[in-house]
Amino acid sequence: MVTDKKRVKGETLLDIKGLKIDGYSDDVWNPIVKGIDLTLKRGEVLGLIGESGAGKSTLGLAAMGFARPGCRISGGSIVFDGMDLIAASEEQRRALWGSRIAYVAQSAAASFNPAHHIIDQTVETAVAHNIMTREKAEADARDLYKRLQLPNPNTIGDRFPHQVSGGQLQRAMTAMAMSCRPDLIIFDEPTTALDVTTQVEVLAAMRDIVEQFDTAAIYITHDLAVVAQMAHRIMVLRYGNLVEEATTRAMLKAPTQEYTRSLWAVRKLQKPESISDDIALRIHNVDASYSGSIKVLDNVTVQVPRGRTVAVVGESGSGKSTLARAITGLLPPSRGEIYFNGKPLPRELKDRDKDTLRRIQMIYQSADTALNPRQKVRDIIGRPLEFYLGLKGAARDRRVVELLESIELNESYIDRLPGEMSGGQKQRISIARALAADPEIIICDEVTSALDQIVQEEILSLLMRLQKKTNVSYLFITHDIATVRAISDEIVVMHQGKVVQQGPKSTVLSPPFPAYTELLLSSVPEMDPDWLTGLLAKRSKKIKAATA
Amino acid sequence: MHPVLRTVLQRLGLGIVTLLAVSVIIFSSLEMLPGGYAENVLGQSATPETVAAFKRDLGLDRPATVRYFEWIGKAVQGDFGSSYSGLSGSMKRDVSATIAPRLYNTFFLAAMAAVIAVPLSLLLGAMAALYRNSWFDRIVNSVTLTTIAMPEFFIAYILVYVFAVKLRLFYPNSTVSIGTPFVEHVYRAALPALTMTLVIIAHMMRMTRAAIINLLASPYIEMAQLKGVSKSDVIRHHALPNAWAPIATVIAFNLAYLVVGVVVVEVVFVYPGIGQLMVDAVSSRDMPVVQACALIFAATYILLNLLADIVSIVTNPRLLHPK
Repeated sequence: MVTDKKRVKGETLLDIKGLKIDGYSDDVWNPIVKGIDLTLKRGEVLGLIGESGAGKSTLGLAAMGFARPGCRISGGSIVFDGMDLIAASEEQRRALWGSRIAYVAQSAAASFNPAHHIIDQTVETAVAHNIMTREKAEADARDLYKRLQLPNPNTIGDRFPHQVSGGQLQRAMTAMAMSCRPDLIIFDEPTTALDVTTQVEVLAAMRDIVEQFDTAAIYITHDLAVVAQMAHRIMVLRYGNLVEEATTRAMLKAPTQEYTRSLWAVRKLQKPESISDDIALRIHNVDASYSGSIKVLDNVTVQVPRGRTVAVVGESGSGKSTLARAITGLLPPSRGEIYFNGKPLPRELKDRDKDTLRRIQMIYQSADTALNPRQKVRDIIGRPLEFYLGLKGAARDRRVVELLESIELNESYIDRLPGEMSGGQKQRISIARALAADPEIIICDEVTSALDQIVQEEILSLLMRLQKKTNVSYLFITHDIATVRAISDEIVVMHQGKVVQQGPKSTVLSPPFPAYTELLLSSVPEMDPDWLTGLLAKRSKKIKAATA
Repeated sequence: MHPVLRTVLQRLGLGIVTLLAVSVIIFSSLEMLPGGYAENVLGQSATPETVAAFKRDLGLDRPATVRYFEWIGKAVQGDFGSSYSGLSGSMKRDVSATIAPRLYNTFFLAAMAAVIAVPLSLLLGAMAALYRNSWFDRIVNSVTLTTIAMPEFFIAYILVYVFAVKLRLFYPNSTVSIGTPFVEHVYRAALPALTMTLVIIAHMMRMTRAAIINLLASPYIEMAQLKGVSKSDVIRHHALPNAWAPIATVIAFNLAYLVVGVVVVEVVFVYPGIGQLMVDAVSSRDMPVVQACALIFAATYILLNLLADIVSIVTNPRLLHPK
């Protein structure tokens, strides 16, 4: 459990110098990490932040001496507690893994083996490396579950991964990483897949246990506000290079690089609220369920004014995407009515005429799966033009080019395949496809969730400009409060299939809040290193006051 | 009721329905065959009157539906009727009694081949996945592909040439009878069992390899590696338990083949299995025997696939341990 080596705080634990890592794609080795230096002292928590493709996960794994298949370490040195991990044999590295360096992955749901009990996976390393007997390791695991505030710590380990929630699984994975009391833990985006309210608990539990055992950690994320709660020091990465490195407080107070400042991008976007009584879409007392008796939508009433943006915000399972399916007719409501321009919409998709279909369009979260990878932009955008508006040949192509210009891409994109464009460009094509039908309402389902901050900001600005030009209404489904603040006129808060609150942005985002809205808003991490500590103190005071 | 038990019962019920449907297909397709037992036995010079009389003796003059229900009604009770051959004479030959020893021989041979082939292909598949793209992987792949690509009789003759003619380790033919002792039976059935092993091993081995490689890309496998789990434990403990469903399906398929598809091997080795019996019965239009054989084959297929289904259900903790 405790390594016999004396743990001296402040001594260098990990020393990476000039590290270069290449990735193999399209028959060539491309650099992913381009010569990075990184040092970590015992008990220190280092934040690695950057957008997708910054090389932060690759770097985090390299700190264990591990390169994913298709990657190779091509230069530099990695020294962990005096041991050169690049020169070390696979056996030597494997002896370190799990016992002295542990890894916490992004998706606990995918990283736990579905075939084994949680506790068996928690103690696996300790038992396999003969660090503890099974009985002792299991007792210790139950103790860790308790410290991580998992419910029923004595029995939760006997469950299978699919039987517990994502947040609980992420804490169980932290317990697994902690089981051998490693010197270093790599946290690789451990809360990215979680809802904000769950994220708070998991962050608090992880920070607490790392402090208790004085473990060094590398915390990888794309969210600066999250890493600010966890790390003593932050490194900003971009395209495999170091952009900026500073202590957490210094970086938040005075970032020196333009790129670092851009990580705040969406938070700075602000659209003035504008209210309208001209209702384009009215969802009235709608219930819906997929099968059986569990209502995914429970008496939902929402109004979408013309030319305005209504943001539907809620956590996973709140029914916000189901609302979109009910409106589009993919999931006919079991009760209630949906009125479009004052007239009831047919429930079923197949009963709606072409013109009604044309007026309600949809944009999806993942442009990768929403665009046919074998179709060129000409056909992706041209298809709705032909189907709804009957445009053909040269007239169709002319309109495609106009639409491309309206989404700020030029004519040259017309013959590209989705695979030849970036994530942001693909999402623009999805927007153009929706616009091609000349709709009155566009339902945007988490359209910026898979994108980097800067790209998010560009897409949101584009959507706002297009709204001004065409007077289209948006029903904007998201879990991200920063996005909601940025673009909405009205906000609908959903929780467990019910509408908690609907109103103008200024009303919903200012007190007094209904309990759930308050929980949701207060759980959004802020750019303040003391935010988590403050929030936890406030919440425990409230609980004390309530029980007293 | 536990959901798994319910699913299993549902599948079992579905299997019985399928078997009934198959029995209708068997019966009606045999009805549609040109010619008949009477014409076959009596020869070309038979007058219509003698044929009619012969058919009356066998009960073939009654409508097909009546005969179908009579047949299936008895078959459900395990009685497959009497063989046509010998029926007109003094000694009635019971179909069940005709089939039983042959069926035993076939199952004996199938079991022998399965005992060799299943563990071997799982092992080779797992090792090929572990050392994929190595020389070992390539050799195993090409050798098994070669054996599956060659006609069975050809493999059989090669084995006879090598092991019986040149090395003189085994007999070139595998005649066994009811009284053959077990060890002697194993010894005599060795070459046909080996032939069938070579025929089915490629399919199972490649499926095992593909299933495991597919799983090796999962995040929980990377996690296991990063926990310091050794390579062989990653395969054994983390990949294999999640790979049973596809592997069980392909094993079931091949085991069924061992029972129903071995007539060529039986002929080459003169092994008295059910395949030969069925072929003989078809050529003499001995319909009760043909029907019984076909029904047993169908039941084997359905039962083995049912077992594979059950294996995929009970190895999936999501189904076995619902929330």
